[in-house]
Amino acid sequence: MKFLEEYRDPEAARRMVQAIRRATTRPWTIMEVCGGQTHNLIRFGIDELLPEAITLVHGPGCPVCVTPVEIIDEALEIASGKDGRPVVFCSFGDMLRVPGSRKDLLAVRAEGADVRVVYSPLDALRLAVEAPEREVVFFAVGFETTAPATAMAVFRARELGVRNFSILVAHVRVPPALETILSSPRSRVQGFLAAGHVCTVMGYEEYEPIAERYRVPIVVTGFEPLDLLQGIYMCVRQLEEGRAEVENQYARAVRREGNVPARQLIEKVFEVVPRRWRGLGTIADSGLRLRPAYREFDAEHRFSLSYVSEEGPSECIGGLVLQGLNRPHECPAFGKRCTPEHPLGAPMVSAEGACAAYYRYRRP
Amino acid sequence: MDETADFSLSCPVPIARYPKVLLAHGGGGRLMRQLIEKMVVPAFGSEALGELHDGAELELSGAVLEPGARLAFTTDSFVVSPLFFPGGDIGVLAVNGTVNDLAMCGARPLYLSAALILEEGLPMETLWRVLRSMKQAADKAGVVVVTGDTKVVEHGKGDGLFITTAGIGVIGPGRAMSPSRVRAGDLILLNGDVGRHGVAIMSVREGLQFESVIESDTAPLADLVTAMLDSRAEVHCLRDLTRGGLVSALNEIAGSLGRGRPGSQGLGIVIDEGEIPVREDVEGACELLGLDPLYVANEGRFVAFVAPQDARRVLDVMRAHPLGREARIIGQVVESHAGQVVMKTRVGTNRVVDMLSGEQLPRIC
Repeated sequence: MKFLEEYRDPEAARRMVQAIRRATTRPWTIMEVCGGQTHNLIRFGIDELLPEAITLVHGPGCPVCVTPVEIIDEALEIASGKDGRPVVFCSFGDMLRVPGSRKDLLAVRAEGADVRVVYSPLDALRLAVEAPEREVVFFAVGFETTAPATAMAVFRARELGVRNFSILVAHVRVPPALETILSSPRSRVQGFLAAGHVCTVMGYEEYEPIAERYRVPIVVTGFEPLDLLQGIYMCVRQLEEGRAEVENQYARAVRREGNVPARQLIEKVFEVVPRRWRGLGTIADSGLRLRPAYREFDAEHRFSLSYVSEEGPSECIGGLVLQGLNRPHECPAFGKRCTPEHPLGAPMVSAEGACAAYYRYRRP
Repeated sequence: MDETADFSLSCPVPIARYPKVLLAHGGGGRLMRQLIEKMVVPAFGSEALGELHDGAELELSGAVLEPGARLAFTTDSFVVSPLFFPGGDIGVLAVNGTVNDLAMCGARPLYLSAALILEEGLPMETLWRVLRSMKQAADKAGVVVVTGDTKVVEHGKGDGLFITTAGIGVIGPGRAMSPSRVRAGDLILLNGDVGRHGVAIMSVREGLQFESVIESDTAPLADLVTAMLDSRAEVHCLRDLTRGGLVSALNEIAGSLGRGRPGSQGLGIVIDEGEIPVREDVEGACELLGLDPLYVANEGRFVAFVAPQDARRVLDVMRAHPLGREARIIGQVVESHAGQVVMKTRVGTNRVVDMLSGEQLPRIC
């Protein structure tokens, strides 16, 4: 991959680690928000390179992990075609193994449902055009990163007059979740690495009032080892100097205003609503829903869903992990009763989940 | 695929009458006989198959009867979708896969069986193409298909075509490959870049277009393995990297090393990420798909566990062979990390690389 090697250069990484060591005079706790960053931090063993004074805690930035059980149950109900219509249920790959209250999409597929992995909602729209006799539903999961493509699919469906396409929306917004974490009296987070991909779309204007209000440095950071190390370095520098600003480490991909046409498209198709997050509870203004003008493409509206989810008591401390209050291996079930083969909670399922990353790369 | 000169391109079953496989082609009657006599037998052109017996009689010549020689016997089923992909098809895989399983036992592959499960409605032309590439792959690997079977299942009960091959080979005297022979200090050699087959299949399956066409690495490895073993080097264990890729294969072996032996601690494996070749286009495709190339399937790659004093010599033998040109020493067996595979990452840290649970699923973002 072009330009990838230079962001994984061991010599440059060593120099950056030394810079972090030199800059650090006391303990700091930094949260990386994005699951992709969590994964790479552990995959490349970056947290082991850092001075002991730096504690990294993992944030709620795995869209798979935070999708609430009731939406997964809705997905399962739609996919299994309970109301008699033949359904093609399309999803990103890593949603397939996330447990609803009783099973997951892979199990429904094994029972005969037509569940397909797609790489873009536009692929799902194409399927709908090609198979007008079937209802095609796309499971729209993800942060602001994936929302523009979903918006585009709905927008195109309207343009083409496609009647058999709908989306089950579970999109969530990052800034309100940051505020929730920061306003918790138990929060230990002193600085944030903001997710580069989300900011590619949204820019970082929204983070400026948060940094100011909570006196916390926020560094927009990329995903490669050197990006992460540089993001940590910039965050430590701010903490040591008593600054609380929004800085952009990922300038090769992120502008302050983000991707304006993409933001406009999100604005056009979606409205902001409260949304329940798995592990965090309901957060005001943290979800997206189709605007009334696009209601016909809303799967919740199109399918008469009857299922009431019950999330029974569980040993899983996923909620605390997602808030950065606990680390995965501090859970009594970790690696014993909770493994990727038998997950008790979403953070052990998703490729981006903190528990799965620890299990895969860091088993005691 | 290169064509052999005396190989007719057109399907010999009268296509005009039977362009597709019918249930009757598996019914034991005239149509089935016609399918076998006019397609399967001519495709493979082996004497034993032409006998149309229930089994094949195999000559036992010198190599088999040598004192200390043993037979290796293996079987494998192939259910790949799509049937054709860049760099190969299900037929080539069915031959190479079984040939390679024999090669990993240190055997010289000799004979194969081929059992076909056809789905009603499969185009005859497709079947003919697959049979032809099986024959070409068998010739290339130096094996003969001597017996087989054909069944037809109803439309919707199969995925076009499934193939099961079994193979017999001869393990020369004094050659034994097994994880139990692996010792601390053994070096781990890999014969080339990883991840190509899985990405080739995935790109067709998902309809993804990359700048360059990534072709499967499917290849018969017996010839290369024979050259390595003929060098009289102390090769302790061989393992081909198929489903689950490099990391899964190493974990399988580490699993048996970790149990320890009487009077010894369990062993572990350490590999160096920087030494594992991954082609740039494969790396790029994996980044895009959210897959890790070290877990992606291969069909022409294997690792060899070699005594340290012989590793350099084996590496030279491998590099002199077309299927080992990019061979590298990627790691070593150690007396720590019992049962685990630990990787030195490109940024210089160490991490455990574990088996996957289930399949790799593409990521959201």
